[in-house]
Amino acid sequence: MTADAVSAPAGQADGPAPAAAPPVRGPRARTWAGYLRYGAGKVGGAAVSLFAVLVTSFFLFRLIPGDPVKTMTGGRPVSAEQLAALRREFGLDLPLWQQFTDYCGKALTGDLGTSYQFRAPVTEKIADALPNTLLLTGTAFVLYTALGIVIGTRSAWRQGRLGDRLNTGLALTLYSLPSFWLGLLLIIVFSVGMGPVPGLFPTGGMESGGEQGFAHVLDVAHHLVLPVLTLVAVEYGQTLLVTRSALLDETGSDYLTTARAKGLRDDAVRRRHAVPNALLPTVTLIFVNLGRTVAGVILVETVFSWPGLGGLFYQALSVPDLPLVQGLFLFFASAVIVMNTVADLVYPLLDPRVGR
Amino acid sequence: MTTEASPPAAPAGPRALARQRRRRAAVRFWRQYRTHRAGLVGLAALALFALLALTAPLTVGSDVAGVTDAPGRPMESPSAEFPLGTDRFGRDLLGLLVWGSRVSLLVGLLAAVLSVVIGALVGITAGHYKGMYATVMMRVTDWFLVMPALVLAIALATVLPRSLGTVILAIGVTSWPTTARLVRAQTLAVESRPYIERAKALGAGHVHIMTRHVLPNVMPLVLAQTTLMVSGSILTEATLAFLGLGDPTVVSWGGMLQDAREAGAVSAGDWWYLVPPGIAIAGVALTFTLCGRAVESVLNPRLGVAR
Repeated sequence: MTADAVSAPAGQADGPAPAAAPPVRGPRARTWAGYLRYGAGKVGGAAVSLFAVLVTSFFLFRLIPGDPVKTMTGGRPVSAEQLAALRREFGLDLPLWQQFTDYCGKALTGDLGTSYQFRAPVTEKIADALPNTLLLTGTAFVLYTALGIVIGTRSAWRQGRLGDRLNTGLALTLYSLPSFWLGLLLIIVFSVGMGPVPGLFPTGGMESGGEQGFAHVLDVAHHLVLPVLTLVAVEYGQTLLVTRSALLDETGSDYLTTARAKGLRDDAVRRRHAVPNALLPTVTLIFVNLGRTVAGVILVETVFSWPGLGGLFYQALSVPDLPLVQGLFLFFASAVIVMNTVADLVYPLLDPRVGR
Repeated sequence: MTTEASPPAAPAGPRALARQRRRRAAVRFWRQYRTHRAGLVGLAALALFALLALTAPLTVGSDVAGVTDAPGRPMESPSAEFPLGTDRFGRDLLGLLVWGSRVSLLVGLLAAVLSVVIGALVGITAGHYKGMYATVMMRVTDWFLVMPALVLAIALATVLPRSLGTVILAIGVTSWPTTARLVRAQTLAVESRPYIERAKALGAGHVHIMTRHVLPNVMPLVLAQTTLMVSGSILTEATLAFLGLGDPTVVSWGGMLQDAREAGAVSAGDWWYLVPPGIAIAGVALTFTLCGRAVESVLNPRLGVAR
């Protein structure tokens, strides 16, 4: 363990290689100009990606075999005039390119059409559900990131010991379970009650209704426990494994040997020297994996009837309420792209080796 | 003892030689695979699952999924006659579980193959043709990589008619980008080797280089990737079926969970209805992951793939 501490850190070569002999200017100026160019590139890329999402969402929902108006009326007897009126209402009588430009223009101004089933603007439905999703996802995100980093760090520092093996094993097992199934089981055990365990938590929803003020906050928190537990259980393994392997990449590094040679305690070496470096790749991967988190949120909200975007998505696709599905598709995809771009923009500020 | 199998004398043609070399590589592969205990466990479990799925018509029969003439009363708890109880139509849940393995395995395998074929195609061409084409293809790959795959798969499955083909397509079309990136990296590594230059000097065209030189070299990676993709595909299939986007006319594990939820098994606390399909899903997914990991660790050192 100590003898091979000198082995060269092989994984250091990633990231764009610094250009050979950049034009001589002040180091700060060079950094900022470089950062601006890097940032502009990332934002431009994101804009192209967002446009691609727009195009996809438009054409995907024109693939539907059959007439969307027929789907909408659901086989009820409707007169030809009513059909024509509906078609005009949803702009389905126009040529395709005009529908597309209309769609883009409307989407950019925040008009995503009208939901068939709620007879309300899609944007409004999304805005109503968004805070609930943010509450659930935010709580779970903070918890699973913290849990993953803490356990991952400990695991890596005691690599190969029993604790490490148990922790990675548990995390991998939970990670590969279907989240909706885990949620259903938690409901049976902790909400319905099983054997000696009484029903401790509500089976779903976000509030019992009727409470005011602080009691309401407690009530929501009570409803929040099981969905958050499910999300944390299926997601923390990812952070754990990434942190663990990032830290293992660092363990052989020379600077850690130096830190130890200075006489720092093992704990201080880990917390002040190794972990900050290992966190950098972890941050990137957390953002790259947001897509997976979105999937988890959709399923958990469905299982626990949480009144958020995921629950809304499920309601929409069981009808199917196409404008709502389309709007939510656009929203989820754009949100992930925007979050990734933000991560790309913040990352060079954290790690000066990137983005010069 | 291993390679001393005295190759037949001179008259062996190039085909026979190639066949012999392939056989030897397979033997070597198996010898290394055998040292991975987890991989062996996975392989044994996989064989068991495959056997169960293939013999299902003999053991449970296709009429197990029939709603009419169901053998039991609705929602029975486990008994000697029905070890896992019955569903809301009175069908035997154990039988349905065995029957459901066919759909889960079939969709999982086909979707993984579709996804890896797309990924390999994009990866090899993007690695071979440089310039504009490669740039565009890699941008597209990155776009798919960032997109929430499940949301895209759900959107596809919502829009297309409900069928197994739709599910396979929805999973395959959304899960290929990781494969594409891996294969592209491997293609770039292979194409920088001197024998590619030699082939080019001898007049080899693009297609020849890609199919005769690059493809055999990325094939091991592709196989390992397929094995790993199957578990993801099985999980996604179960997810789509649970959300009601599967083929409603066939029995699958995800569909069983959806049925259970709709029949009120959750609020009634009927855990025997919910636990077995979930364990089956997770078990099969784990099996493929174990095999895939073992295949990968046998092949990777020789390939020198940096991941």
